[in-house]
Amino acid sequence: MIIHHPILGPRDAQEFVYLGDASLIDRPDGMTAGVEAFHDYLYQRTNPAGEHQELWYHEQGDRSWLVVTRNTVTHEITKVELARDVARARGRTK
Amino acid sequence: MTQSHRIAGGQIDRTKTLRFSFDGLPYQGHPGDTLASALLANGVRLMGRSFKYHRPRGPISAGSEEPNALVELRTGARQEPNTRATVAELFDGLEAKSQNRWPSLRFDAMGINDRLSTFFAAGFYYKTFMWPKSFWEKLYEPIIRRAAGLGSVTREEDPDAYDKGFLHCDLLVIGAGPAGLMAALTAGRAGKRVILADEDFRMGGRLNAETFTVGHATGADWAAATVAELATLPNVRLMTRTTVIGAFDHGIYGAVERVSDHLPTPAKGKPRQILWRIYTHRAILAGGATERPIAFENNDRPGIMLSGALRAYANRWGVKVGERVAVFTNNDDGLRTAKDLQAKGVDVVAVIDSRQAGELLPGIRHLQGAEVIDTTGRLGLKSITVRQANGRSEIIAVDALGLSGGWNPNVNIHSHHRSRPVYDAGITAFVPGRDGPPGLLVAGAAAGQMSTHAALKTGLDAAVAALELSIGPDLPEAEDAPIRITPLWHVAHGKGRAWIDQQNDVTDKDVKLAKQENFTSVEHLKRYTTLGMATDQGKTGNVIGLAIMAELTGRSIPETGTTIYRPPYTPVALGVLAGRSRGKEFRPYRLTPSHHWAREQGAVFVEVGNWLRTQWIPKPGETEWRQSVDREVLATRRSVGICDVTTLGKIDIQGTDAGAFLDRIYANTFSTLPVGKCRYGLMLREDGIVFDDGTTARMGEHEYVMTTTTANAVTVFRHLEFCRQCLWPEMDVQLISTTEAWAQFSVAGPNARKLLEKVVDQDISDAAFPYMAAGNITVCGGLRARLFRISFSGELAYEIAVPTRYGDALLREMLARGAEYDPIVYGTEALGVMRVEKGHVAGGELNGQSTALNMGLGRMVSKKKDSIGMVLSQREGLTDENGYRLVGVKPVDPNAKLTAGSHFLEKGAAPVAANDGGWLTSKVYSPHLGHDIALGYLKAGDKKIGQRMRIVNLLAGLDTEVEIISPHMFDPEGERLRG
Repeated sequence: MIIHHPILGPRDAQEFVYLGDASLIDRPDGMTAGVEAFHDYLYQRTNPAGEHQELWYHEQGDRSWLVVTRNTVTHEITKVELARDVARARGRTK
Repeated sequence: MTQSHRIAGGQIDRTKTLRFSFDGLPYQGHPGDTLASALLANGVRLMGRSFKYHRPRGPISAGSEEPNALVELRTGARQEPNTRATVAELFDGLEAKSQNRWPSLRFDAMGINDRLSTFFAAGFYYKTFMWPKSFWEKLYEPIIRRAAGLGSVTREEDPDAYDKGFLHCDLLVIGAGPAGLMAALTAGRAGKRVILADEDFRMGGRLNAETFTVGHATGADWAAATVAELATLPNVRLMTRTTVIGAFDHGIYGAVERVSDHLPTPAKGKPRQILWRIYTHRAILAGGATERPIAFENNDRPGIMLSGALRAYANRWGVKVGERVAVFTNNDDGLRTAKDLQAKGVDVVAVIDSRQAGELLPGIRHLQGAEVIDTTGRLGLKSITVRQANGRSEIIAVDALGLSGGWNPNVNIHSHHRSRPVYDAGITAFVPGRDGPPGLLVAGAAAGQMSTHAALKTGLDAAVAALELSIGPDLPEAEDAPIRITPLWHVAHGKGRAWIDQQNDVTDKDVKLAKQENFTSVEHLKRYTTLGMATDQGKTGNVIGLAIMAELTGRSIPETGTTIYRPPYTPVALGVLAGRSRGKEFRPYRLTPSHHWAREQGAVFVEVGNWLRTQWIPKPGETEWRQSVDREVLATRRSVGICDVTTLGKIDIQGTDAGAFLDRIYANTFSTLPVGKCRYGLMLREDGIVFDDGTTARMGEHEYVMTTTTANAVTVFRHLEFCRQCLWPEMDVQLISTTEAWAQFSVAGPNARKLLEKVVDQDISDAAFPYMAAGNITVCGGLRARLFRISFSGELAYEIAVPTRYGDALLREMLARGAEYDPIVYGTEALGVMRVEKGHVAGGELNGQSTALNMGLGRMVSKKKDSIGMVLSQREGLTDENGYRLVGVKPVDPNAKLTAGSHFLEKGAAPVAANDGGWLTSKVYSPHLGHDIALGYLKAGDKKIGQRMRIVNLLAGLDTEVEIISPHMFDPEGERLRG
């Protein structure tokens, strides 16, 4: 597979480490959310046959975490964003 | 017997003779021969025994689709099983052996299986060897595996090298037949970067096996001229002996180049094979087509082969397979074989054409509307029985029979992204369907374009379309014969078996049985009967099998459908997939800064992650590892010891939010840590399980240095980057891994400070540099360094770090300047002994299943702040007050031995899982205490301190009474480390 890194251009997937669903960005606040919310955050996945947003880490590169939108059926990659930008857009701050 | 079946013509070099042997007998052939063509030239038709029934078999093809002629090549370390004789290029001195037979190919004792065939139908093993259950593994399977099998592998290490390589191009052309050559020529003349790959050692594909003309030349000459022109173009890379094995994601193709398979041994410095990874946006599949046979009783005898193969052996290799040849066909292509063989002077006895009408060749007997229904000749074809149109049977003596059931486009690579081939009734075969790999076009016979003209034209058109060219070269003239075929898959007659998949010995009866047992979907049919499995992947048999299933179920072939293909296109040696990653190169070692010094001392090393660390350093006279380790421990506790701890992960964390960030990362608090101090930190995973531990020091207001365990150096850093970028993107925190930047040594023991004072430039008295102090210092008169007063051993101890390139020098300097304290360097074993004595957790305890509570560190998890894993560490099940707790263990009898992995049992309890109390995680011999000690996880262990239990290990035959003690077994008050 080839991932089009937003900064570094097309890179071989071997340079990356895969983590999983990009919903891992949406971590609840531990001071207000309880065990249930964290359970859902950590274990509940939609597992779609189709477009899937997922986290890849450019470990053999610039250490960027990326959100890759990949079709799980065809492996077509339609979008690659910096995870930091996605996190900010989802309202994450400090 | 010298090449009795060699006839005129062919693309072989008759000026040179190659000597080779098959099953010990000497033969001769010529450059340009394959092993199969050379054996056939010598009149050898019998080349193997079938997989299950041990039926005598010869080659049925002249290419990589071959199911039968699998042989063992070479001897010794290069012995190679299951190689298709039809693609094995002949070289002088080649030694080949038949396989799956005993004692000899002509007489094979296991041939009895054929007589017992009733018992060996599909599903036989599953149904018969069900009980008793225990017999399967010990008795049935070994016997079956011995009887059914192919070649044997050498037990010796492969002496050859295998490489991997990367290529980029504008256009990859797969297959160098007329379509591929035309595509490559079109793109090559347009100046595009082209790779043309073909599995054969001679480019031209089917043109080499036919008598057609292209333009004004023979097909073979046109191919040679085209290849010669392509070779002059610097933008074209020609790769013969190179099989494109698969289409992977995003324009990546895999290819195996057999660099040296055609040589006795690889040339010096050359690999045996290369696995290429080819990156391209555009590719053209021009893989041609594979002929299929027709199934009838006893259609598997040596001498019966595909009609196109008979023709190829005659035209390309100058070989007649038999003296009296017949052809059985359902289409016009079979007539070409008769015509070509007749022109070569071979006696074509009859053409059996299942169609009622069609072209008649002069001088050849045609039996129209007829079918071959049976054959004779156990070790080689002797006669065929033909049922004529009027129903009468006739026996015709022949020693070779060509079968032509039509041609299947080689759609395989187009299917690698799960595109399902579609049925084309016009050619009675499956052609590439929709949604193939993006950027992959198909041309020529692979696309169902069967004539030479159509191949050339679609090859040109595909290249023009792929590269958006305005114009291509002129198209040479070539034959454009229509496909005239009337489907005939299987001749129904009598009670004998008709072979469909010769490699797996699947017959029409197996397909009937599959239908009877309702395995009617093609996927079930494949798995139930093994149709289409193994090295040939059903290239000749698949379509016939599913056509028979279609007949049996009354469905059409499109309704029945076909299975699809996965990489690799043809079998790939494991060696080329491994490449250079074997032996010590499988995973490179990382060496510590003290490695060279330790090697000078004769140290014993151990792999820790990807590091090679000193395990212990034997002194003269020490014959057992324990002598060295005990001495290292005692010397450290008595005076001072040094240990290289560079392998621990080191991460610099800086920024105005560094403290707040660490509070989220660690279960305990770091924002309150004073500058110039370190603290032990416990890191959880989000699921509440302990992830890692280590000490982190605050070097400045906004600057921390974290240490991680050796094993987790990479994963902790990855985790921190995840938290920083994905969870808290606005935090002002910067990270860099400095594991490789600093050489770090632990200096431990009562004289640690005195030794360090010899090298450190600053005051490090207890008052100036107290327990858990950290700071930037200089050593040896100005070299920048870091000092941490931390202890893993329980002694007065420091960790001192210098830039990595000074690591070796610092160690030598400390040993020299501190010689009066008799310092020793200890390895990982002594390190382990001392940490177990102190009850510190490490690998065995940090097992990815244990919580802070389990480790007796529950109170470290602060609930006053949010941190990774804090919430889920409070889950029900992880907070059981009678759950596992870390305990120390000592045997009641000081001479008794303990073993890690042993289980806790109450006294008198039976050693069954229900009574299991926990297990020993780490065990060492404590030279200080004079007996074995261990750490372990024991249910409600914190309430059992002082009790006696048993340690049981059924594997080691151990059942020992022990006392449960505090894990802090040495200096529990910590007086030494504060000294």
